[in-house]
Amino acid sequence: MLILECPYCGVKAEETELHAGGEAHLKRFGPGSSDDDFHDYLFMRENPKGVHFERWRHINGCGKWFHAARCTMTLEVFGTYSAQTYEPPQDIRDAISAKRPDWSWREFK
Amino acid sequence: MSDPVSALNGAAFSGMASVTEGGLAGMITLRGDLSSAKLKDAVKSATGAAMPVSGKVELSEDGGLCWMSPDELLVLVRYEEVEAKLAEINAGLKGEHALAANVSDARAVFRVSGEGAREVLAKLCPVDMSVDAFVPGQFRRTRMAQVAAAFWLDHDETFHIVCFRSVADYVFTLLSTAAQPQSEVGVY
Ligand SMILES: [Zn+2]
Repeated sequence: MLILECPYCGVKAEETELHAGGEAHLKRFGPGSSDDDFHDYLFMRENPKGVHFERWRHINGCGKWFHAARCTMTLEVFGTYSAQTYEPPQDIRDAISAKRPDWSWREFK
Repeated sequence: MSDPVSALNGAAFSGMASVTEGGLAGMITLRGDLSSAKLKDAVKSATGAAMPVSGKVELSEDGGLCWMSPDELLVLVRYEEVEAKLAEINAGLKGEHALAANVSDARAVFRVSGEGAREVLAKLCPVDMSVDAFVPGQFRRTRMAQVAAAFWLDHDETFHIVCFRSVADYVFTLLSTAAQPQSEVGVY
């Protein structure tokens, strides 16, 4: 069972109180962008075995969106953090590095 | 003038805990900046209750304030006074980026009390209901089986549950089924 602590209300929410929102830190390519960028934005997703970053919503709770960093293989959670950021904060990256020294995910490491 | 009635007209069940539909309750949803002095004053003068911190409820003589999210409060008032209180809050929030709405008739409330009350809720919600973890004054939004619900615990070990009126019958059935006599799990 996946348990994530909502960074907005502090509740340790079990998976059924949450709604999965897909991959984190996507950059939107909309009208005016190239076909390739638009295609990648729409369809290309990471599918790692290991460190992954996702968006979640505390739907049966405070209702806020937030980010989570976890391991897709062990379900280990490295941390959750605010939705108001374009990239994982340093403390989350440090927490991952402590457990998975060689991790990388998209342009982040 | 029509007579307002609550969702289940005070339906009650008694088993390992007592379940009672709470009747008409005045509720105002308020969204805004909870750190604003103006907003704090407005809700304090309407309810007499102080601003709750995250995950808590603050109760007063005949009102209260529930912390719903970082920018949302549930304001509890008497049903008869809800329109007047709403006007009072709106007047206090003049010029503030905030929204207050009367949601009283969109909601149903239940009380669960008695020795098995913690067990009843633990059967239905993914929440740690142990005496140490869930203390009086705590407020929790969660799900109750398949629907959204919120509840707090008062100082008399009574749980107060808020849900949507449209699912009142479902929630009452859930609670009374979970409160069947001799159905204690024995965890709490
Ligand atoms: Zn939350």
